[in-house]
Amino acid sequence: MAQLDTREKLAILADAAKYDASCASSGTAKRNSRDGKGIGSTEGMGICHAYAPDGRCISLLKILLTNSCIFDCHYCINRKSSNVRRARFTADEVVRLTLSFYKRNYIEGLFLSSGIIGSSNYTMEQLVEVARSLREDHDFRGYIHLKTIPDADPELVHKAGLYADRVSINVELPTSGGLKRLAPEKSEARIEGAMGDMKSAIVETGDATKRFKSAPRFAPAGQSTQMIVGADAATDGDIVRKASTLYDRFGLRRVYYSAFSPIPDASAVLPLQRPPLMREHRLYQSDWLMRFYDYQPAEVVAAADPATGMLPLDIDPKLAWALRFREHFPVDVNRAPRERLLRVPGLGVKAVDRIVAARRWRRLRLDDVARLTVSIAKVRPFVIAEDWRPVALTDRAELKPLVAPRPKAQQMELFG
Amino acid sequence: MRVVTLASADDFDGWRDAARALAAASVPPDDVVWQVGEAATDLFGGAPTPVPEAGATAFSVSRLFLDTARNVALHSAPERWALLYTALSRLRTAPRLMEDGADPLVRRLEGLAKAVRRDIHKMRAFVRFRQLVDPDGAERYVAWFEPEHHIVRANATFFVNRFAGMRWSILTPEVTIHWTGERLEEGPGATRAEAPEGDPVEEVWKTYYASIFNPARLKVGAMVKEMPRKYWKNMPETALVPALIAGAQARESGMIEQARTNLGSGIGGNIETAWAALRDEAAGCTRCPLYKDATQTVFGEGPVDARLMFVGEQPGDQEDLAGKPFVGPAGQVFDRALGEAGVDRSTVYVTNAVKHFKFEQRGKRRIHSKPGAGEIEACRWWIEQEQMLIRPKMTVALGATAARALLGRTVTISRERGRAFELPGDGGMGWITVHPSFLLRLPDEAAKREEYARFVEDLRAAAAAMD
Repeated sequence: MAQLDTREKLAILADAAKYDASCASSGTAKRNSRDGKGIGSTEGMGICHAYAPDGRCISLLKILLTNSCIFDCHYCINRKSSNVRRARFTADEVVRLTLSFYKRNYIEGLFLSSGIIGSSNYTMEQLVEVARSLREDHDFRGYIHLKTIPDADPELVHKAGLYADRVSINVELPTSGGLKRLAPEKSEARIEGAMGDMKSAIVETGDATKRFKSAPRFAPAGQSTQMIVGADAATDGDIVRKASTLYDRFGLRRVYYSAFSPIPDASAVLPLQRPPLMREHRLYQSDWLMRFYDYQPAEVVAAADPATGMLPLDIDPKLAWALRFREHFPVDVNRAPRERLLRVPGLGVKAVDRIVAARRWRRLRLDDVARLTVSIAKVRPFVIAEDWRPVALTDRAELKPLVAPRPKAQQMELFG
Repeated sequence: MRVVTLASADDFDGWRDAARALAAASVPPDDVVWQVGEAATDLFGGAPTPVPEAGATAFSVSRLFLDTARNVALHSAPERWALLYTALSRLRTAPRLMEDGADPLVRRLEGLAKAVRRDIHKMRAFVRFRQLVDPDGAERYVAWFEPEHHIVRANATFFVNRFAGMRWSILTPEVTIHWTGERLEEGPGATRAEAPEGDPVEEVWKTYYASIFNPARLKVGAMVKEMPRKYWKNMPETALVPALIAGAQARESGMIEQARTNLGSGIGGNIETAWAALRDEAAGCTRCPLYKDATQTVFGEGPVDARLMFVGEQPGDQEDLAGKPFVGPAGQVFDRALGEAGVDRSTVYVTNAVKHFKFEQRGKRRIHSKPGAGEIEACRWWIEQEQMLIRPKMTVALGATAARALLGRTVTISRERGRAFELPGDGGMGWITVHPSFLLRLPDEAAKREEYARFVEDLRAAAAAMD
């Protein structure tokens, strides 16, 4: 193979990394380089430095160290049997690339993953070396996200946590049947075992940091994972339940859902047709309902079609839940407790907090609610205000067309 | 009329000192004109009344108001100072006014503050430094940025915290800020021409931008919402956007086409293995509740290179126990008819629209029960996978349930029976006929014979239509 220059390698190894949805740079400890040493800062809130035409945020330099891999996972562009062009960065190349992008304010930091070469330990060592060099040789204080390799030595994984802000392992498929079919060399037990170890390490060092200020920080932005949607037989209900179990068992910060999308040189085992991107969007919305709106997983599942287990694509899961359980509405904006206001379609967490604050000073009329929310049209059928009471609207069968967004026909698939 | 002249467009401290004194003297908002720099004031005629000295009657305001006001002060709207002073005057009698988001003035201030916060955030995101190397070899980083509001000074700390070890300048039309490595210096506004032209690393960055983009999931609206076009002209990577969008669909269909070719040629995975893996996964299917009472999943059967595929309704009692499709009474009728139609059973793939047996228990007997639309829909996933792997030239739907699974709509057999048609989504040809169990149920022997002959003829014609 001819020698590739850094830019050619970048093209290959960024292309190989784009199927990881996460690009978050948020939720870590605050740091700066005001002391004149080193470079970089983190602010708690992440920054998206650009957006690609796929609507995804570009916050980190997201690359693989190498796209060679000894595994043959069917959904993966980098699988052993794929004809994709291979490349490999040296640790030093990644370090220089990261710093030169960072100094120009293109990125918040690095998200480094890798195909598995040699052994799991060897691969993990290479990843850790990049992070070590950035932190120790260059005093880099920006964000680092490292993918960890399930079977790597716990000592190496521990090192990764000391250098990185966030660590992650992908569960890949929501069902074990799907994992067996599409990633035959991976095992649910090993992946979840590694996530469990990581959780213990995060909790332990978190406790130590509370007691001793000087205790080393360990993955202060926690761990996350990703599931591929639409490549196995999992229904939305299955996925919601799986995600909720993962949040509970491993204290994850985030579960990412990635609608399976066609890859160059795909394996025969994969479906040819991708699921609608809207399906992925609805799963993120249901994830939000569980994390910020106090919905139990079973309640989100109840918003899905009982026969197919699928969430509706034409309306969001919160509206779907409200239409299915109309007896919970209307909700009085002047009296109802916060948790009931959170159930009203069209009211976000911010709007609810603003309503709760504002109603201490006045009886809210519909106009007032309109000033506190984004769209009063969606909210109106579900609330009671000082001068407003929906006329048995929630009992009407034809409520859905009144509150559901107009279908955008062809547009949905392309730009949804 | 009182005129307050503030030192600069972002002079929050100047506004606060003047506003505090005016409010203490109970000067009504309508009596104050706010201006920045030495703008003309004779619009209102007459000499302005001097602003009173700050008195001892100063009062405190909530943190919430101060935080909001600090941001509002940076907005480009000229009326911001007057709005803030109006709010301050009202705070004297309603100290917790800011908590009432339903108040139009509060709403307005929140809107202004939000726009400023967004501009501050976007500046942190979209400033692009270009590297210069001085004759002595020292590096400098220079950026040109055009903010919408007066946020540059307020935003300087962020860049200092992050890039304290570098020497850098941010040039904007209103003001320029320079970090010497030790302290922040300020200069007058600049023009774009004063900023450096390019930086070789920008080409590397553009390579990254183009490569990280996934053409199979175009979402232009989402991109523009977060990266409004007004910022594009100073971001090198945005020059690539039109070409990336234009090429995306071709790249996606290319990938799908490639996958099809691979499937046909056996590249990229063995179809036999893929089919076996699919069957294994289906064995654990819980997509609908039917798995609970059935004995097992009854998956399709036959060679994976079959040109002819038959889809029945669902496994019956015997199929459920045997784990194989079409082995019960209806299966025997089907086998016989297929033979009479001249089709070799061992060359065709047979499967069912619904892969679990649905029944009602009556005493010791399990009575077949028709699958509902939801169960058919839930199970369609498997049929689609089977069709994609086997890619039959002709798929024959036996009965209404199978037709529904293939077409995704209710089908009247009598109306659509007996002719070839294109299946949706490049699924090859389709054909609809009755289910063999229909023949078993006919009470009249003559009708039975007649319908059986018609069924055989359908099978023969479907097989012939392939060639």
